[in-house]
Amino acid sequence: MLAFILRRLLQSIAVLLTVGLVAFSLFRYVGDPINAMVGQDTPAQEREALREKLGLNDSPPVQFVRFIANAAQGKFGLSYRTSEPVGSMIVERMPATLELSFCAALFALLVGVPMGVYTGLYPNHWSSRLFQAVSLIGISLPTFLIGILLILVFAVWLHWLPSFGRGETVQIGWWTTNFLTVKGLQALILPSITLGLFQLTLLMRLVRSEMLEVMRTDYIKFARARGLSNRAVNFGHALKNTLVPVITVTGLQLGALIAFAIVTETVFAWPGVGQLFIQSVQFSDIPVMAAYLMLIGLLFVLINLTVDLLYFAVDPRLRAQGTARAAGH
Amino acid sequence: MTDSDVWWSFKSSPLTVTAAVATILIVAIAFLSPILAPHTPFDPATLSLSDGLKPPVLISSDGDWTFPLGTDDQGRDILSSIMYGTRLSLVVGIASVVVAMTLGITLGLLSGYLGGAVDAVIMRIADVQLTFPAILVALLIDGVVRTVISVQRHDEIALFVIVGAIGLSFWVQYARTVRGSVLVEKNKEYVQAARVIGLSPLVIMVRHVLPNVTGPVLVIATINLGLAIITEATLSFLGVGLPSTEPSLGTLIRLGNEVLQSGDWWITVFPGVTLAALVLAVNLLGDWLRDALNPKLR
Amino acid sequence: MAAASNNPPLLEVRNLRVEFPTRRGTLLAVDDVSFDIAPGEVLGVVGESGAGKSLTGNAIIGLLEPPGRIAGGEIRLEGRRIDNLPYEEMRKIRGARIGAIFQDPLTSLNPLYSVGRQLIETIQTHLGLSNSAARTRAIDLLKEVGIPGAEMRIDHYPHQFSGGMRQRVVIALALCAGPRLIVADEPTTALDVSIQAQIIALLKRLCREHQTAVMLVTHDMGVIAETADRVAVMYAGRVAEIGPVRDVVKHAQHPYTKGLMGSIPSLGVRHERLTQIDGAMPRLTEIPKGCAFNPRCTVHGARCLIERPELMTAGSSRAACWRHDAGGVGQPVSKEMVDA
Repeated sequence: MLAFILRRLLQSIAVLLTVGLVAFSLFRYVGDPINAMVGQDTPAQEREALREKLGLNDSPPVQFVRFIANAAQGKFGLSYRTSEPVGSMIVERMPATLELSFCAALFALLVGVPMGVYTGLYPNHWSSRLFQAVSLIGISLPTFLIGILLILVFAVWLHWLPSFGRGETVQIGWWTTNFLTVKGLQALILPSITLGLFQLTLLMRLVRSEMLEVMRTDYIKFARARGLSNRAVNFGHALKNTLVPVITVTGLQLGALIAFAIVTETVFAWPGVGQLFIQSVQFSDIPVMAAYLMLIGLLFVLINLTVDLLYFAVDPRLRAQGTARAAGH
Repeated sequence: MTDSDVWWSFKSSPLTVTAAVATILIVAIAFLSPILAPHTPFDPATLSLSDGLKPPVLISSDGDWTFPLGTDDQGRDILSSIMYGTRLSLVVGIASVVVAMTLGITLGLLSGYLGGAVDAVIMRIADVQLTFPAILVALLIDGVVRTVISVQRHDEIALFVIVGAIGLSFWVQYARTVRGSVLVEKNKEYVQAARVIGLSPLVIMVRHVLPNVTGPVLVIATINLGLAIITEATLSFLGVGLPSTEPSLGTLIRLGNEVLQSGDWWITVFPGVTLAALVLAVNLLGDWLRDALNPKLR
Repeated sequence: MAAASNNPPLLEVRNLRVEFPTRRGTLLAVDDVSFDIAPGEVLGVVGESGAGKSLTGNAIIGLLEPPGRIAGGEIRLEGRRIDNLPYEEMRKIRGARIGAIFQDPLTSLNPLYSVGRQLIETIQTHLGLSNSAARTRAIDLLKEVGIPGAEMRIDHYPHQFSGGMRQRVVIALALCAGPRLIVADEPTTALDVSIQAQIIALLKRLCREHQTAVMLVTHDMGVIAETADRVAVMYAGRVAEIGPVRDVVKHAQHPYTKGLMGSIPSLGVRHERLTQIDGAMPRLTEIPKGCAFNPRCTVHGARCLIERPELMTAGSSRAACWRHDAGGVGQPVSKEMVDA
């Protein structure tokens, strides 16, 4: 098991370095960092001096190592657009994105999994067919459209919920949170539903098809033959066996959640990292783009590692293989 | 599965038939928009601000039968905008699927056939890219292009940029499928035999591998078409896709969203419903095709 | 072995019909099947796949897979009718009064739970023991089915057991609540030949010790000959012949049973070579008029093509054949005789 985790760690580092290389190439070769820092009429010697001072004349590998080392400390240079340090810009906006993604994931899991179980257990019930049809529409609706429609209904027409921004937030150290005020929580509702809806339908469909498959297995039939209660069979035996694929997809979808937070944040003017990224794309703010790329890369790697560890927790067969492999080394 | 089985499974699913009819209808209307559309909404000469913000006829007595679905703040006819916009969305969607398919098949063939370092490099790139959602890759590519060229120039070539960006973000699945098939075929005797009689095994393999992967590739392409249309709409909505002088459905929704707070919902909702209907129809076709051609692909 | 006669039957199956609605009409997969099992008795049910033997077993434990359903007849356990019980009532009988063993031990156990957990949950469902008492009973059961180091093995997961050991665990699971009847559906088919005999011997020993009756479904006449007290031969959804195992093996009455015996190498019947029955069992959609076996029967007469034979007494067995005694025509068995 240890060997397996070590190997996954090495793979993760390789992925991170690749992402770092792309980010570095962006940062260094797409657009000229000097141009962004000085005026049009700066004399050539001055530019050259700055170039030398910033180490831009060093060999590319040296620059790459420096870039990675700086990135590891959260230093990504200054934004071309605002001239603020990119690192602190991102840190400032991180809580907004993380809280939104967390709520969306929670929404998707808490609603999607039970719906999937239900439609898997009673595939022919009319409500299951209804859920299936709605989920197909849910998958075909782009995130931004869902957001707009929710705003139209609940903010513009009904005036129940705010349509943009975080509402009221409370500052705890460097973290700003929505969770401690009523207005903050209200502001979370529509964006979380918007962001989570696609994941919800995906989870529902996945759990449903896994449930249908598991319910056909011999061990479920045998569990029934042993006279176990329906609850024990459906939730104790069947649901647990659907967990491995569910964990995989949830993990992968967490990444998608953070990517689609870009869209949701734009629709709801949510001051998160995704909105920052969109602005940086529109204004060719390369350092912010590079930093965002690294950040997302790191998040994805962390999520994948967590997913791997969860497999071990769920499936005893993997635990055994892991130890066998570890013993073999 | 034979062709008649596919036809039978098509006929016996009313949902699929509906989806196919809807797709054909939307595509036909979109591509005939220069003939069918009552207005040319993006020709400034035909616009009059006095026609601005007219609501749809069916829900308000302020409506005007010249503009059945209402107008936006510039006095553009929503119905005509949607028809032209759908055409653009379809063009971008189909073109980026073709780009992704061509790129994916080529890289997959090379990767499987050459093996070794080429294979390793291509497949590692595929792995890393697959970790990132397509929309992120497309955004990044678009951002880089924006940095390299001027804003004006970007608006001129926006269509090509977005097709390239989406195409580049969807190639991996094709490449993996084709590579897998090449690896299977590579060691078969006819490839060895071709080598002996002096034919390029690559040519032989292209001839044999491509027919084998037609089914899966078609399925991936159909499912990706829906995704590509959504991705284009999303990019355009985010303001990094097609410019407002040449609006796709996504751009129309963005323009409508800017005035949504004032309650003029029809500017947003009608293009939105069209987009959803188009994607839903294409997805239904994709689902059916996947099940009909290859149950194992599930 | 417990004698079949005189005791009131533990299980009575009367005129059981199982049907499957399909697009092209309803298929009758089990057609008018009747038999008894006495307490402690081992009844072998033998036949080709598709003969309806597994469906009969599933109907008894109340787990016919939809859209299959019981379309007629009765099943009684200890005199109480169980074929029409609500799901929840039947659930309390499954595992407690009727245990089940399925074909493939590799897939019968939930891979994500330790065998101990699966044993304990079954014990607690039916016996309501405390955690520690249930665990003690689970360990005892594992010991009883011959799993070495039961105290330690109880916390192991199914994948850590071999196929034979897993089937032992499955048997322990079936015995958890001390059932009166075990329906064993092809319990050894998925196992290595070398292990099959051990499992059969174990099953036989345990059932004798616990006075548990067994309905042993198999296509292996050899297993039946070694294990069963009585045997029912099924063909195309009907019972072709039923009787004490010695009589059926030695003096098969139905031509199909004779054919089956001819295909077993080890039964001591001297043949120059193993015989085989030509042709295949008809599909449920194409069962011929008259006796279902007539297209493959080498001795059929005119009547066999027109009229379907009921079970008729033939010595100590009963066979559904117009010509089972080679000479005259047997008398149909009356209802009273079956019930007796």
